[in-house]
Amino acid sequence: MKLDSKVPEGPLADKWERHKFNLKLVNPANKRKYDVIVVGTGLAGASAAASLAELGYNVKAFCFQDSPRRAHSIAAQGGINAAKNYQNDGDSIFRLFYDTIKGGDYRAREANVYRLAQVSVNIIDQCVAQGVPFAREYGGLLDNRSFGGAQVSRTFYARGQTGQQLLLGAYSALSRQVATGKVQMFPRTEMLDVVLVDGKARGIVVRNLVTGQIESHSAHAVLLCTGGYGNAYFLSTNAMGSNVTAAWRAHKRGALFANPCYVQIHPTCIPVTGDHQSKLTLMSESLRNDGRVWVPKKVEDAEAIRKGQKRAEDINEDERDYFLERKYRSFGNLVPRDVASRNAKYVCDEGRGVAPTGLAVYLDFRDAIKRDGMKVIEAKYGNLFQMYEKITADNPYKTAMKIYPAVHYTMGGLWVDYNLMTNIPGLYALGEANFSDHGANRLGASALMQGLADGYFVIPYTLGDYLATLDYAKVPTDHEAFRATEEEVKKSVQDLLDVKGSKTVDEFHKDLGKLMWDYCGMSRNAEGLKLAKEKIQELRQEFKNNVKVLGTNDELNVTLEKACRVADFIELGELMIDDALMREESCGGHFREEYQTEDGEAKRDDDNFAFVANWEYKGENQAEVMHKEDLVFENVKLTQRSYK
Amino acid sequence: MNMKLTLKIWRQSKPDKKDAKGNFTPGGGKMETYALNEVSPDMSFLEMLDVLNEKLVKEDKEPVAFDHDCREGICGMCSMYINGQPHGPDRGITTCQLHMRSFKDGDTIYIEPWRAKAFPVIKDLMVDRSAFDRIIQAGGYVSVNTGVNVDANEIPIGKGIADKAFDAATCIGCGACVAACKNASAMLFVAAKVSQLALLPQGKPERKARVEKMVAQMDEEGFGACTNTGACSAECPKGISLEHIARMNREYFGAKLTSERV
Ligand SMILES: Cc1cc2nc3c(=O)[nH]c(=O)nc-3n(C[C@H](O)[C@H](O)[C@H](O)COP(=O)(O)OP(=O)(O)OC[C@H]3O[C@@H](n4cnc5c(N)ncnc54)[C@H](O)[C@@H]3O)c2cc1C
Ligand code: SF4
Ligand code: FES
Repeated sequence: MKLDSKVPEGPLADKWERHKFNLKLVNPANKRKYDVIVVGTGLAGASAAASLAELGYNVKAFCFQDSPRRAHSIAAQGGINAAKNYQNDGDSIFRLFYDTIKGGDYRAREANVYRLAQVSVNIIDQCVAQGVPFAREYGGLLDNRSFGGAQVSRTFYARGQTGQQLLLGAYSALSRQVATGKVQMFPRTEMLDVVLVDGKARGIVVRNLVTGQIESHSAHAVLLCTGGYGNAYFLSTNAMGSNVTAAWRAHKRGALFANPCYVQIHPTCIPVTGDHQSKLTLMSESLRNDGRVWVPKKVEDAEAIRKGQKRAEDINEDERDYFLERKYRSFGNLVPRDVASRNAKYVCDEGRGVAPTGLAVYLDFRDAIKRDGMKVIEAKYGNLFQMYEKITADNPYKTAMKIYPAVHYTMGGLWVDYNLMTNIPGLYALGEANFSDHGANRLGASALMQGLADGYFVIPYTLGDYLATLDYAKVPTDHEAFRATEEEVKKSVQDLLDVKGSKTVDEFHKDLGKLMWDYCGMSRNAEGLKLAKEKIQELRQEFKNNVKVLGTNDELNVTLEKACRVADFIELGELMIDDALMREESCGGHFREEYQTEDGEAKRDDDNFAFVANWEYKGENQAEVMHKEDLVFENVKLTQRSYK
Repeated sequence: MNMKLTLKIWRQSKPDKKDAKGNFTPGGGKMETYALNEVSPDMSFLEMLDVLNEKLVKEDKEPVAFDHDCREGICGMCSMYINGQPHGPDRGITTCQLHMRSFKDGDTIYIEPWRAKAFPVIKDLMVDRSAFDRIIQAGGYVSVNTGVNVDANEIPIGKGIADKAFDAATCIGCGACVAACKNASAMLFVAAKVSQLALLPQGKPERKARVEKMVAQMDEEGFGACTNTGACSAECPKGISLEHIARMNREYFGAKLTSERV
């Protein structure tokens, strides 16, 4: 299979302009003759659906929540990057590009990342025009902050609710188009398959989550904006419903899945308290600006803390190990997410964790409060401290917070070319669902930027180039391709209901999560991955034979919804393991214990692994085949990341 | 210390029906009683329901359907009446943020869906809040297309105004305000959006038409009238202030006097 990334010729800075000029256009009067399906209404989907409808296309948009406003993007806290250089502190499009490429550990495509940095500035203009209330300075201009260890202040934010405000902006634009009739909205509807006619994506099959009805929708192109797959780990910071089903079913129809093993594990989340835990809550990265991360030096002290005999305050200064400050003299507590997470795991593995489960480290504000006073700390982190207290019943002003890493974001996803089209003509992937811009590690505040870049400023240009090659004729949904796909979907749903086993869907999901976390989480090795592969195959078999799904298809059936999603997560999990095993290097969030420097840092192998790994589905119980897209770096020099 | 609880939960298998004329037919349903042991005070309220549902599935009984997604108090999906209060006894939080340490061993907890004609029950604790979407569609936006080429810093906005607009914009669209109101009025929800956009310069050109259209849609959806009891704001998980209702009323009467709708 030959993969054409369609990256335009010419100097990096001119590529996008040139490309836009060369793209075919659809005449304004003809746009209304084309139908477009947008699955997902997060930042990527809502912005795409609204923008395409404004241009004149007929859009059908789908989401599984009861309203498009509730997509998982709503939960993003910290902010969104843009190379506006409003602070006059030396930011530029090139610097944002450079930081993103480097932060991704040189595993992303240069041209895509540069374009992302270019359009970042338009995003802020767009959002402000919609009435998004970003934080402002007293003079009335927009405020910025530095985020995730960046050396410039380029992050725009709306208190701790940036994702909410951006999504509500996109949702309002979408609502306006629903009112004009250009967008037809289908909430509480889950896509279960994509329909191909003559090798092109021409529609989808969905399940109405209220009635259970399985139905088809036809269009000239299909956009998957369905988010990430972090819930493969059961516990993550993602919303409960976030799933891989849309992307996975597309994969099974031929779309390549790129870099599935690239997963971001965020260091500052509230630790697990017990088996009842259903999700993990992120505590903003900004806390590491003032909080100091530590565990006791002695295992006995940690044990006493775990048993409740001692508290953080009882451990003397010289008995504390500020392990990030000790190991990384220059970056200290502000090392990137992957490094901070891994080191927390190491000290807990040594038996020095401080929660009853053994899995937590302290994030301590004692010294910051002593230095700056309670008021200053409260002004900076008051809402976060309050949230923490609500969940844990501990007061972070008085006692150190406990944190532990959790799965947060997935860099891998469907392979797309420069136009955001997958290798299936007419099938596109936007936002977290694609693999395109973050390489092996995503920097803070760049996912919101990417979702909106894809939806507002890339797809409105690139989609026309494809549609212009199609005739207007619609494929009716009684076409045999639709019928056949519908039948397959119905059968797969019925198969789940027919098992009538004894183990619940959640039990399977938890088993899967534990397996993925233990063997394909923060730190991986060949032996563990091989073992995990065997175990996951057994789990898959067991699921087929013993899953318990009550009720019928013809009703609102929450267990059935979950079962469909977990079935796909199990299959995806195996591919993640294959990918992690194949990649014999460490890069970004993918840390293979066999490949580390003498002092325990990730060691890339640029000679052999500077490529995107794209997996092709070959059928039930067949090994997937990997296709490489080599990454070429013409504008940046590859270096080892160092934070010492 | 784990707790033992008695749960009284509304179970409804057939949806309520609302026709185009606004006629409402309840789907019927009843309170069922469940005993649950081994409830940890560290659990969230929804995790407690997860435990109940696992138990029900194991016993071949249908699990309780409820809406939820983010479980962090921001998506607005969770929506339960707990002991007669929307989102339960604690102030300033959603159901998903409520933790079981707010209850005592031996407690009986009543759990019901939002009760309002404009929010028909779909099943058990799930209701249909699409009326809120239609109100936003009626005018809760600024009419700009993608691709505006006005620099974001072109129009400065004083921090005070920006902060007020932000406060209004934090509404999560959960519907607790409607559930809390004896008239099932949606005023607080509508006012939050009207107020946000009326405060910002970007929203000014359309402010008159916006408030008229949104209020008209609110009435059409069958929400009740506002009699200023303030229960909405008291139960709102985001603390949306009554001040926004006052601003909306000013906007509305101002618009009516000098209406631009012709
Ligand atoms: C707690 C948290 C905080 C974060 N903070 C930040 C931050 O500060 N800055 C930043 O840049 N990034 C942040 N991120 C990451 C960022 O929020 C996400 O990557 C981004 O919002 C994803 O947007 P999306 O549009 O791609 O997908 P989503 O917002 O996940 O939307 C997915 C959509 O697809 C729909 N969908 C999914 N599957 C189906 C299906 N089968 N059928 C129908 N519909 C389907 C859903 O209904 C939904 O509408 C954060 C993430 C988390 C979890
Ligand atoms: S105003 Fe408050 S209670 Fe009403 S929908 Fe908004 S957040 Fe919920
Ligand atoms: S589940 Fe999102 S607010 Fe409660």
